[in-house]
Amino acid sequence: MQPVATTFFFYMLSGLAIFGGILVITRKNAVHSALALILTLLALAGLYLMLYAPFVAGVQIILYAGGIMVLFLFVIMLVNLERSQKEEQFNQQWIAGVLAALALGGLFIGIYAKGNALLPVHPVTMVEESNTQDVGMLLYGNYMFSFEIASLLLLVAIIGAVVMAKKRI
Amino acid sequence: MLGNILNSIKDYLASDKTPGAAGSIPASIFWALVYILLIFTGLSIAVIAMNWLERKILAHMQVRLGPMRVGPHGLLQPIADALKLLLKEDITPTEADKWVFWLAPLFVVITAFTVFIVVPFGPQHAVTDMNIGILFMLGVSSLSVLGVVMAGWASNSHYPLMGALRSSAQMVSYEIAMGLAVISAILMTSLNPSGTGTLSMIGIVQAQQAQHTWFVFKFFPLGLIAFFIFAVAMVAETNRAPFDLPEAESELTAGFHTEYSGFRWSLFFLAEYSAMIAVSSIAVTLWLGGWLRPFPNFLSGDTWNLVFSLIPGLTFLFLAGMCFYSTARMPKHPYFRVQTAGLAGFGALLALIGFVLFISPVRAWVQDIYWFSGKVAAFMYLYIWYRGTFPRYRFDQLMKVGWKVLLPIGIGVLILTAVAGVIF
Repeated sequence: MQPVATTFFFYMLSGLAIFGGILVITRKNAVHSALALILTLLALAGLYLMLYAPFVAGVQIILYAGGIMVLFLFVIMLVNLERSQKEEQFNQQWIAGVLAALALGGLFIGIYAKGNALLPVHPVTMVEESNTQDVGMLLYGNYMFSFEIASLLLLVAIIGAVVMAKKRI
Repeated sequence: MLGNILNSIKDYLASDKTPGAAGSIPASIFWALVYILLIFTGLSIAVIAMNWLERKILAHMQVRLGPMRVGPHGLLQPIADALKLLLKEDITPTEADKWVFWLAPLFVVITAFTVFIVVPFGPQHAVTDMNIGILFMLGVSSLSVLGVVMAGWASNSHYPLMGALRSSAQMVSYEIAMGLAVISAILMTSLNPSGTGTLSMIGIVQAQQAQHTWFVFKFFPLGLIAFFIFAVAMVAETNRAPFDLPEAESELTAGFHTEYSGFRWSLFFLAEYSAMIAVSSIAVTLWLGGWLRPFPNFLSGDTWNLVFSLIPGLTFLFLAGMCFYSTARMPKHPYFRVQTAGLAGFGALLALIGFVLFISPVRAWVQDIYWFSGKVAAFMYLYIWYRGTFPRYRFDQLMKVGWKVLLPIGIGVLILTAVAGVIF
């Protein structure tokens, strides 16, 4: 499929993602932050679609927006929001925060200044039709071992959660 | 402008509409818009019809008459209801979170309608054919739970919050069983010489066509079990009886939409019914052969093709016949004169549609849509039947069924399907 108005959609989706990200850290109400995070995640899914990765976009929507964020909201709704809204921020980590932001900003400026020298001139052409098949082939072929290690890690996390949550097993 | 549109209509009608051929999907923006409008209107009419049918069928199951006053046999009742909802005062609770309260019904409706852009009503009757079609449908319909949670939280009231908590727990749990059932059906699409499966909704139906079987009968009884898991999970996903705990009337008044009134409430209503139609379309596409007519191999040949292509028209003629029969049975009192005339007119309209469907080009064009909608309609009837038959589950029972019964069976069916696919 031929892409339509690529530049426009790229800037719109990136703008939405950044707008959502700013909302996440500026809202005092945790539920509003979570909803803004959903906006960011959906905009990112759109960006994946523009990169000819429909499978990644679909998984992004199902897992992050549909699954993880629901659990986020589930937990936040059980918290007493009225008290947490009145509380002032109590951690004093702004020096570390400013340093990290400066370092990241420096990195971005460096990449912007170096420009095309860092990036490949001809990006790999992706086949949209077989994207899902390619992801599957790579996951269960070349990267089988790392994939299994990741799944084992997740299994350990699940068992740990059950052990911590249940008093008597 | 008009000439362009006419030309594109001519091009479209002249184009080769066999599946897989270039231009088989409305690629131009114009045709996509036409299909979006058609689906939107069709869906709204289907929701209105469902509203009437549900009351009527439930009433008959409970040996009542159901709506009888507004129009003959209550046919105009949904319109009266819609007018009532539009004229009602739209209340926002003072302590509610205004923005989220406003956003929630919109979110639910948008997700419920968006999924229909990949629903294949026929090989050439879909807004678009996505490479990740089924993934898109599951993903977007899983977003609707966010709207429910938002509605429950923003109302700032106890019952809606309880309803939203129940709903999110329920929908997240059943999504897993649902996903496993879907995966085992997708696995079946890859059982061809080239060994590549597909996630495209149209591709899934074409795979069933190529394998000469609906996936519900594939590897009997594996396909049937996966279909059964999906059929249970989809009722829980749409928060319908017997899994309607998020809006359990006897416990939570109306669950997550207790504080909503008027037009916003009707948006929730619309979203619930279109979500039911959406998950039924997934089930029909994955297991019941989508737009394929029954017995395409057993009863093949030109004669049978002709017979099956006449069925859409005959259905409408049958409905018209029922209308005329009821007209004849209307009370012969001057008071009922308008209603009798109205019913006869409705019957005449149905008969006219029936005769139009007999015209040869229309017949060929409408057949796929008819079989798809017919299968979805069977699911809609099942939904009403469940509601009339089963008592509501308790919440711990619901969780037990989801996690301890459906999930292990789903994994087992998936593994066995993979094994069967390798062996046969």
